[in-house]
Amino acid sequence: MRELRSPATAELLDEALVLRFDSPASSTGEDVVEFQCHGGRAVVDAVLSAIGAIDGVRLAEPGEFTRRAFENGRIDLTEAEGLADLIEAETESQRKAALSLAEGGLRKQIDRWQEQVLGFSARAERAIDYADEGGPEGDPQLSSECGALASELRAWLDRPRIEPLKDGVRVVVAGPPNAGKSSLINTIAGQERAIVTDVPGTTRDHIEVPLSVAGIPLIVTDTAGLRETEDQVEAIGVSRAEALVGAADVLLWLGAPDQAPQHPRLIRIHPKADLGEPIPERALGVSVVTGEGLGALLLQVADLAKSVLPAEDAIALNRRQAQHIGEAAEAVRAAASAADLVLVAEELRQARHAFDRLSGRAGVEDVLDALFSRFCLGK
Amino acid sequence: MFDVLVIGAGHAGCEAASAAARRGASVGLLTFRPEDAGQMSCNPSIGGVGKGHLVRELDVFDGLMAGAADQAAIHRRMLNRSKGPAVWGPRVQADRKLYRVAIGELLAETGVEIVVAEATGLIVRNGAIAGVETGAGTLHCRSVVIATGTFLDARMFVGEQLVAGGRHGERAALALAGQIRDIGLGQGRLKTGTPPRLDGRTIDWARLEEQPSDADEWAMSALDDGIRRLELRCAITRTNGRTHEIIAANFGRSPLFAGAIEGRGPRYCPSIEDKVKRFGDRDGHQIFLEPEGLDDRLVYPNGISTSLPADVQRDFVRSVDGLERVEMVRPGYAVEYEFVDPRRLGGTLEVRDLKGLFLAGQINGTTGYEEAAAQGLVAGLNAAARALELSEVRFDRRSSYIGVMVDDLTLQGVSEPYRMMTARAEYRLSLRADNATTRLGEAALAAGCLSDRRREQIEAHFERRSGPGWAETGEGRADALYAPYVQRQQREWDAVQRDARVWIPAELDYAAIPGLSTEMVERLDAARPETLDQASRVHGVTPAALSALYVAASRRAAA
Repeated sequence: MRELRSPATAELLDEALVLRFDSPASSTGEDVVEFQCHGGRAVVDAVLSAIGAIDGVRLAEPGEFTRRAFENGRIDLTEAEGLADLIEAETESQRKAALSLAEGGLRKQIDRWQEQVLGFSARAERAIDYADEGGPEGDPQLSSECGALASELRAWLDRPRIEPLKDGVRVVVAGPPNAGKSSLINTIAGQERAIVTDVPGTTRDHIEVPLSVAGIPLIVTDTAGLRETEDQVEAIGVSRAEALVGAADVLLWLGAPDQAPQHPRLIRIHPKADLGEPIPERALGVSVVTGEGLGALLLQVADLAKSVLPAEDAIALNRRQAQHIGEAAEAVRAAASAADLVLVAEELRQARHAFDRLSGRAGVEDVLDALFSRFCLGK
Repeated sequence: MFDVLVIGAGHAGCEAASAAARRGASVGLLTFRPEDAGQMSCNPSIGGVGKGHLVRELDVFDGLMAGAADQAAIHRRMLNRSKGPAVWGPRVQADRKLYRVAIGELLAETGVEIVVAEATGLIVRNGAIAGVETGAGTLHCRSVVIATGTFLDARMFVGEQLVAGGRHGERAALALAGQIRDIGLGQGRLKTGTPPRLDGRTIDWARLEEQPSDADEWAMSALDDGIRRLELRCAITRTNGRTHEIIAANFGRSPLFAGAIEGRGPRYCPSIEDKVKRFGDRDGHQIFLEPEGLDDRLVYPNGISTSLPADVQRDFVRSVDGLERVEMVRPGYAVEYEFVDPRRLGGTLEVRDLKGLFLAGQINGTTGYEEAAAQGLVAGLNAAARALELSEVRFDRRSSYIGVMVDDLTLQGVSEPYRMMTARAEYRLSLRADNATTRLGEAALAAGCLSDRRREQIEAHFERRSGPGWAETGEGRADALYAPYVQRQQREWDAVQRDARVWIPAELDYAAIPGLSTEMVERLDAARPETLDQASRVHGVTPAALSALYVAASRRAAA
């Protein structure tokens, strides 16, 4: 417990808990002092402005502490990414996924893969560099083991990604002009009172509304603008709409049910249900006027959205991680099918590089270490 | 007054002396005994996987080793034939005496003057080499290549016996070792070992599996004189449970395990007692019985190097199939020797802090004739460059195993004797034993170290490459086989080249760079990388450290 006083006026600002972390054992690896002030906004502001008045002191840039921790070797790249997500996390399930990554869940999984590929490399290199050591020609197991790892990696790539959790599940509302797309979105947004920010990412072409439904982050996109400008820029408009529909995690279709685009997570909506037209089979009647069907719609959206989200305690990959793991999977698959051992070794080298880029570690010495600790070699 | 003085006439020293002489330098070659030039002190074979690649590269620069190996070959095998051509490894068994004679003749052709004396000290003036003190007086020179192998303060172990000396019956270079330590170059000790030598007449060859010589006619050198000697038989046998029992019962008498040897040995060439201790579950280890020469009864049992006492060696050898009645002519022994931290050297193998001093061979922590010879070439070419103000000759990882080795040594240093393996070469698919001329021909021509005959061979090779029918040659077919992979590797290399253009100032203070941990500062300080690319290959350096380094280097460049 320490008294915090303004350096300029010596005025007492707060009695705060002050924690001192010496480098390199702090979270960033540098000397860190933490002030735990009393909660009031005024107190915090006063302390911040007092500190800010000191020459050479400034507020941290967004993510700067994480970056410093990374640069000082306190955390590695995958952990840094997890922390960055944690800071950005806006909902409860986002926070849990971020924590699992930060705690090194992915790190451990990558370690296991890296270890496995290293072992494969060592076996291939052994057969090449110790050609005259006798023993059976080749390593028939190697190919099938590479194949198994490739399948495992592919399975990981098919799992739900972190982007829907971080950026929100993409819910795209599509349908013919004047079907009521915009009013539907406005109603949902209003009813939930869950708009997190002011219409970010708004472009001339479409409108995105971030929402949280049942704790699930959503980005609802209105394709209205697209169809209505069809006349002027028809080709561009249509292709953009198609692209949006293609990228949708969940598609809400407000047109005739039999004209709905193909989509794995599709909800057919019969809008303006209050007008008394018969509600087609397979469609959900919704009225923004009476509120009919809105509750059921949100439930369905939440259910479908959940299926593209990673399970709460599961490790989810982000785009960068998925890309490197994809490269590794491709290389290991090629290693499984290559006939020449030299090419098997080359593909495994590529796979190692992909993992190295993912985790930020590298080196031929790692392979040699694996090689020499496992095999009795040398004449 | 010599332009270049070379200390030591082993594989590194002979190549260094002749390479410097081929560039036009007047060269003196210092040795304890003239007959030691070209001595194969260990295994009587040249080449192999990775090592054969080095020999072929050396050959492009008119190095001695390939030609001498061809003249002395009594058994030839192209290793790895069942695998892709990138890793085929030409290897010959050489007749020890014929090899020495061949090296002696080749050396004489280059005009190198052999000086029989011990080097006792270096003369340094104004931070540069000025000469060498020897037992026969002071010799002045412009540059020096130290290629003393295991002879720096070496100690030999046979069981409980300890003898000072670098090789069987020879002296250790104590005085020079002292001065190298004074200059601050000494690093630590390494060990290596040899097996006992057997009397071939007492081996029961008929019971053993024979290893035939290759039927097709390939040569080590691109300048093949067509000499084919009588082929000798090599054979394979293996240790068994009884052998291992005898060895295990005597672990206590091995200087390795009793703690007398402090130096670290090569993991890839372990002694038989190491193999038994670490891999006790194996039921046997192979032994290759390699005759040392045409009129030599000695046989080198490759695979059982040892420093156990002589009586134990005899007992365990006789427990092996086919060796029940064998006579052991000389026991095996371990040698422990001092080496220099090669990270103190630049890419030309010149000591960074002492102009004109070059180090080559085992003194830099390597093992093997081929590794030593290849360094001798690099040091010799550049020692001549230093003395005569010629252009440097540098090798890179993309175009040669020599480049891989020099880069590994000068950047990573060694913690165990360094042996070439193809696994070390990331551009392995392009670095084949069959395309050394293609890879290095231009550089060799530019270095101005070639005989007329070699120059014509290289020019003819390039002509054939661009002519019709090239696709049908062995090299052409291998080119086609690997073409897609080589393209991918070229993109990798382009990225490396981008990083290689980010120069790290020599006087950069790593400790002052924000964001570098103490460990990173230590690693980088020891390696002193010249470019960001080199820094990225320093063992253990993290991407975070690299980005901090990149920021610091570009900030300084901008300032």
